[in-house]
Order: sequence, then structure tokens, then C-alpha cells
Amino acid sequence: MSLLLDLWTIVAVSAGVFFFLAGTVGLLRFPDTLTRLHALTKADNLGLGLVVLGLLPRVSSPLAGLKLVCVWLLVMLAGAIGSQLIARVARRSGPPA
Amino acid sequence: MNMALLIDGSLVVLILAVAIWTIAVRDSFAAVVGYAIYGLMLALAWVRLAAIDAALTEAAIGGGLTGVLLIRAAVRLRPTESVVAGEMPGRFVKALAAVLAGTVSAALAVVVLSLPVPAPTLAPQVAGHIASTGLGNAVTAVLLAFRAIDTLLEAVVLIFALIAVWTLTPDNFWGGRPGPKYDTDPNGMLAYLARLLPPVGIVVAVYVLWVGADLPGGKFQAGTLLAAMWLLAIMAGLTEAPPIRRRWLRGVLVAGTVVFLAIGFAGVPLAGAFLAYPEGFAKPLIIAIEAASMLSIAFTLALLVLGPPERSEHS
Repeated sequence: MSLLLDLWTIVAVSAGVFFFLAGTVGLLRFPDTLTRLHALTKADNLGLGLVVLGLLPRVSSPLAGLKLVCVWLLVMLAGAIGSQLIARVARRSGPPA
Repeated sequence: MNMALLIDGSLVVLILAVAIWTIAVRDSFAAVVGYAIYGLMLALAWVRLAAIDAALTEAAIGGGLTGVLLIRAAVRLRPTESVVAGEMPGRFVKALAAVLAGTVSAALAVVVLSLPVPAPTLAPQVAGHIASTGLGNAVTAVLLAFRAIDTLLEAVVLIFALIAVWTLTPDNFWGGRPGPKYDTDPNGMLAYLARLLPPVGIVVAVYVLWVGADLPGGKFQAGTLLAAMWLLAIMAGLTEAPPIRRRWLRGVLVAGTVVFLAIGFAGVPLAGAFLAYPEGFAKPLIIAIEAASMLSIAFTLALLVLGPPERSEHS
């Protein structure tokens, strides 16, 4: 059972790290602000989400797990709204690319 | 062991890289963003050193609040920035700056390298006497019992900083509202966030204050969170910054210091010394000071970010 949980942690956290990597590559390589934001949201939502899911079996108490999930939800909220605001400024000030 | 070394090593390299980039980059807005990232990296370094209290404060103040303060300064300086960037300092000034900065760095390096090993520590004394305060968090015990006078003076310094900002007020706006009038879409994303987040933020802030007695946390971190929530509501246009002439506002600003001083002076007849707590009452008194200080810190920090009054009360 513990082997299975370890495997789950390794797979989920690795997948999360992959999305962080992909998001970073996108941030560096994509041509304009809107596509770069698109790449970043993958790191926030999926990357952090998978890392949190992977760490859930390792928490010491249900309360700690709840805190982890809350962190993920708050980051998603902040990320979504932050990228909306940045996108609006980018659309208003820059030429549509 | 090797894994930890890898993480710490990468962190050190990253911190140094971000620090150098922050200094080297020409655009001041980019430098400010770099500085905020630098603050968050430092917070991670404090976590690695098991100093969670310092990490929380660094993330809240160094990464968050100072970042906002500096962003506003950078935006305000933007019209004049190209002029200043055009004025290159002469070779002599550059050499002088390099020598000065080099000397300070070298002196700091010498001091750090010549620290005695093991480093002198008061930790055993703190651990020995912490039971008398009723607290579980050694950091809070040091800040509010063993070295309370430092914390008291810190709170006073914060108010002085706000007074310094307020002295920049133009005469005709004295007593008016700080910051611009935020004209934000009432149905926009920012307003949505400003409705959704403050209940969560306020609960977290009170929690951080409350666990500060036994776990990492405390009035500064909690006050910063409250300030952030208030600023969010102001910037989203849901509420307005109060005119600085308001009596209640000035009362809240000094409440923390007043409560701190009152309890401190009450210690003279009751416990025999300034800022001494009567036997058995240490914890409730400390929590009272922390709660009052949290409100004062929240308002002071938020008003520091908002800056001097820029318009009269009714505009």
C-alpha cells in the first residue's frame, strides 16, 4: 500500500514538474503576451494541482491536506484573475499580435 | 544530504542571480519586479534555515508589500526616467561608487567569515524561560517578552514612516484622501476578486495572529495580510481610502503603540519593571498587544502604500 502511495506521489509530482517546465518554456518561447499567459496558467493550474495531489498522501493530518488544497485553489484564483488583468492591459496598450 | 545540498545550492545561485539582475537591469519597473522575486527567494532561504517566522515576514513584507510600494514609486518616476537614464555619471563617480561598494562588500565578507564558531547564542536562555510567558513560539516570546522594547520601538518607527509620507502632502489637500480615485469596472475581474478574497484573507490573518503564540506567525504577518485585503478593496473601487483627518483613523494608527505602552507602564507597579508582565498574565497581555498592534500595522502599511493625500475629501 505504501509502495503504491509512493508511486502515486512520484508520478503526480513528476507530472506537475513537467507542466511547470512546459509553462516556463512557453513563457520564454511564445511570441506575444497572450500566448505567454496561456502557457503560464498551465503551470499554475495543472502543475501546482498535480504537485498538491501527489503530496496529499504524505500529509500528517487531514487539516494539513486541506491547507494544501486551499493553497492550490487560492493560487488558481489569483493566477486566473491576474492573467485576465494583464491580458486586458496588453490588449489595450499593445498592437494585437 | 546531497539532495538538500543540491536544493540549497540552487537556491543560493538563484538568489545571487536575481540580485545581480535586479541591480544590472536598466528599466526600474523590471528592477522592482526582480526585487519582489528576490524577496520571495529569500523567504524560501529562511524556510530552508527553519526560520519560518522570518520567512513569513520576508514573503509578506519583502516580496509583497515592498514590491507594491516600489511599483508605485517606479510608475510615478516613469515620466522622468528617460531623462535620468540619459545622464551618465562621470568616470570618477563610477570609480568612487565601485570602491565604496567593494569596500562594504569586503568588510561584510570579513565580518561573516570571522564569526566565532559556534556562534554566540541566547537560545538556551530563551528555552529556559519561555515557560514563564505561557507561549510556545520562541520568536514571539523574544519579540514580546524578552526584547519587547525593540518591538515597541519598531511599531513607533512604522508610524514615523507614515508621518514622513504624509509630510509630502500638498497644502490644499491636507487632511484629504490618499491615493487616486480608483475608477474600476464594478463588474470587472478585480472587483470580483475584491469581493471573494477578503473574507478568506481576514480569516487567515486572524488565524496567523492567533497561532503566533505557539507556532510561526504573529502581528506583522497578520497585519500585512489585512492591509493587502483593504488595499485590494480600495483598488477595486469597492471602498474609498479614508481622509487622513479622521479621528478614528488616527486612533487606530496609534492603538497598537498605546496599548503596548499602557501595558508596559502598568508593569512598573504590578510587576516591578517597564514592560514586565505580572505573573500568570503574560500570555493574555501579549495577545492583547498583538491584536491591537495587528490593526495598527494593517492600517499603517496600507496607508504607506496609498501615499500622501492627493485629493480633497469630497472629490
